[in-house]
Amino acid sequence: MALRVKALQSLLVEKGLVDPAALDAIIDTYEHKVGPRNGARVVARAWTDAAYLARLRQDATAAIAELGYGGRQGEHMVAVENTPETHNLVVCTLCSCYPWSVLGLPPVWYKSSPYRSRAVIDPRGVMAEFGLVVPEDVEVRVWDSTAEIRYLVIPQRPAGTEGWSEDALASLVSRDSMIGVAFAGASGAGS
Amino acid sequence: MTAPDLADPPVFAEPWQAEAFALTVHLHAAGAFSWTEWADALSREIEATEADGLPDDGGRYYEHWLAALERLVTARGLAAPQALAARKHAWAKAYRHTPHGQPVTLAAGAG
Repeated sequence: MALRVKALQSLLVEKGLVDPAALDAIIDTYEHKVGPRNGARVVARAWTDAAYLARLRQDATAAIAELGYGGRQGEHMVAVENTPETHNLVVCTLCSCYPWSVLGLPPVWYKSSPYRSRAVIDPRGVMAEFGLVVPEDVEVRVWDSTAEIRYLVIPQRPAGTEGWSEDALASLVSRDSMIGVAFAGASGAGS
Repeated sequence: MTAPDLADPPVFAEPWQAEAFALTVHLHAAGAFSWTEWADALSREIEATEADGLPDDGGRYYEHWLAALERLVTARGLAAPQALAARKHAWAKAYRHTPHGQPVTLAAGAG
């Protein structure tokens, strides 16, 4: 594998199609700068600022860009809100489309065959494996991401957090809760 | 307070995965292909493996990624398949000819 990448890279660099410094910058960005903390900030803002939530509902791509997070793949972002009546779960059945700008790169299980194939047909079974039990009277909606549309789950704000600062709220928002396999504030859920 | 993401494994398990990832993002940004074309290529690789009865636990993801990238790059004429094969061979040779502990360069395999 390493040899194949080296071959590809060195050929493309020689042809002037690829700039090695740009490759280093991309790797640094995704290893160190982009991650679920971005998404957590979006969620915390949505919980505390009704006007922001309204903008997020209307045009999530723009509302997320307000906080400085923009996609490079030209993807359209959609925020899906969990409510007492509805729980949302995100998958990419074909490959691994994922909202990089707010969650970083996907975890290994998100890319696995079992998750991709079962999330749509048996979402409750999949969530149970993460230790998440969604009450029977709550509707579960599954969103299949594509190259063009990526989904960010806005989990429900945990009870008892009235008056909390945005920072404190953001710390309750895990990556898994923004994919839909955990609730916000549920410590240790679905790692 | 929870810190659920701190215990996650590194984003890339091995350096070549990071390099393959960055090549794709860079080539897309340079206009070599659209992201939809990329997602199609990657989906096809994954689908072909699964059709062969080889479900993936996610651990082989970047193998699919690299195969999709090679395919797309050669299909677009960005690099010729023969040149790619020759270059792979040259790198393999360079690795074999480089003394342990020295940086590997292509010249080490020449001649």
